[in-house]
Amino acid sequence: MNVIANNDELQQLYRETILDHARKPRNFRQLAKATHTAEGINPLCGDKLRLYLVVDADQTVIEAGFEGSGCAISMASASLLTETVPNLSVAEADACFVSVTGRLTEQTVDSELATKIDLSKLKALDGVRAHPSRVKCATLAWHTLHAALIHSQTSAKTE
Amino acid sequence: MSQPQATEANDIAYCRSDFPVLDQAVNGHPLVYLDSAASAQQPAAVIDAVARYQREDHANVHRGVHTLSHRATELYEGARDKLCSFINASSRAEIIHTSGTTESINLVAQSYCRPMLQAGDQILITWLEHHSNIVPWQLVCEQTGAELIVAPINDRGEVELDELRALMTDRVKLLGIGHVSNALGTINPLLEIIADAKQRGISVLVDGAQAVPHMNVDVQALGCDFYAFSSHKMIGPTGAGVLWGREALLEAMPPYKGGGDMILEVNFEHTVFNELPYKFEAGTPNISGMIGFGAAVDYLQSVGMDNIYQHEKALHSYMVSKLKAIDGLHLIGTAREQASVQSFRLNDIHPHDLGTILDHQGVAVRTGHHCAMPVMQRFGLPGTTRASLGLYNNSDDVDQLVVALEKARQVFA
Repeated sequence: MNVIANNDELQQLYRETILDHARKPRNFRQLAKATHTAEGINPLCGDKLRLYLVVDADQTVIEAGFEGSGCAISMASASLLTETVPNLSVAEADACFVSVTGRLTEQTVDSELATKIDLSKLKALDGVRAHPSRVKCATLAWHTLHAALIHSQTSAKTE
Repeated sequence: MSQPQATEANDIAYCRSDFPVLDQAVNGHPLVYLDSAASAQQPAAVIDAVARYQREDHANVHRGVHTLSHRATELYEGARDKLCSFINASSRAEIIHTSGTTESINLVAQSYCRPMLQAGDQILITWLEHHSNIVPWQLVCEQTGAELIVAPINDRGEVELDELRALMTDRVKLLGIGHVSNALGTINPLLEIIADAKQRGISVLVDGAQAVPHMNVDVQALGCDFYAFSSHKMIGPTGAGVLWGREALLEAMPPYKGGGDMILEVNFEHTVFNELPYKFEAGTPNISGMIGFGAAVDYLQSVGMDNIYQHEKALHSYMVSKLKAIDGLHLIGTAREQASVQSFRLNDIHPHDLGTILDHQGVAVRTGHHCAMPVMQRFGLPGTTRASLGLYNNSDDVDQLVVALEKARQVFA
């Protein structure tokens, strides 16, 4: 019985969506026109990625792309991120970071802003919750998103 | 501990039942522990020795006149004697108790190298080294203006001996080299390498963390100057280790840390340092860890290091033959002389995904860079999956690993 439950848990983690995005990461490219970029590193695992965002004058994310290497969870999470944030405002994109990292660490801290965004696709990451050692893999891209948004907002002020 | 009854010289299958932690299910499967190179499990004899000390004998060492302090000191110093004979040191004064291999190497870097290194001098290491045999040298190089140079390895994961020799110039003051590679299992031909280094007047420190648990080590026969190892890699507690050094060198070295227990007399103008080995052991040591370490040595010797070596060698050969038969599996590290450590890749599955899937089936392996990032860079990999064997592993463990790997292949098919 344990074995069956166990296999279910494995299937929850490596869902078809995750495997698909890991095999064929979407938007896996450097964006020459990027206005925001940040690097995310998971030193313990060696997961490494660079996230690129194109944000327009209205503070709306137009495009997202990434490059990097890592496990299936980290790559799939980054790939899903690049499909999630386009057409969101910078504030909404940052609310996604709070929402996703909160959900994966089982702290439900969804802001009002985040509840308005369709994050249903990201449910594919929920299997990670049962694997504390892998949560960092899933949240890496989202932390990188946060860093990219914060950093460029700061630098935007100095320009 | 019950006395082992071996049917054949190298039949040490009975050992397994001496390790309580192995008798459990993980994620619904019997635990298959293949991560001894990260930290080995402890036999009941070690656990009991530590518990007995905590329950009956605990006090500070080298200090009190009372009975418990005397008992604690006897046990603690008894461990030093056991370690002295275990590696065939010529004197107990040469056995410096440390927190582990890392501290042992840092001690040599700071106390032996730092005072003598000058700008332009070199420290030589190899591409195989664990971070603990890289970073302490980088630090002392930064402090002194010396340079760290690195001998390359070949595609099997063996040190290129000709290139290593070519790097042994007058500028090199110390060679730091692992006995056995933790990432690839390579056993370095130390006798030859040390002889070459010594002929050129180069001091040699050996990182023995991955060797001492698996084979007979005789520091005098090796001919090195320093040998560092850890308790927890050899079925003892964490936080305890040894630096062995030649007595004359240790005598000449300044203390590494200051504090209690390393002094004979202190006033505010002057301190007279204690004699060896206490000169290097400031502060209250890891008494229980060292007592456990001593018990670990007793256990290993009761089984016999040669028996352990033969058992693990046979099991490693079996594991390699089974792994080679798996479609899409690539061995990383195929040295002609290899200890019971095997790194590999399975198709393009990331090591962390593989590690998670194996864990689901009760199989514990190490995944990632194994604290040897340069080795991974040499092979152009972010990491590997590593199965490492201990004296308590058997062919069932290997068979379970193979089953679990097949499952991983299905998940990522």
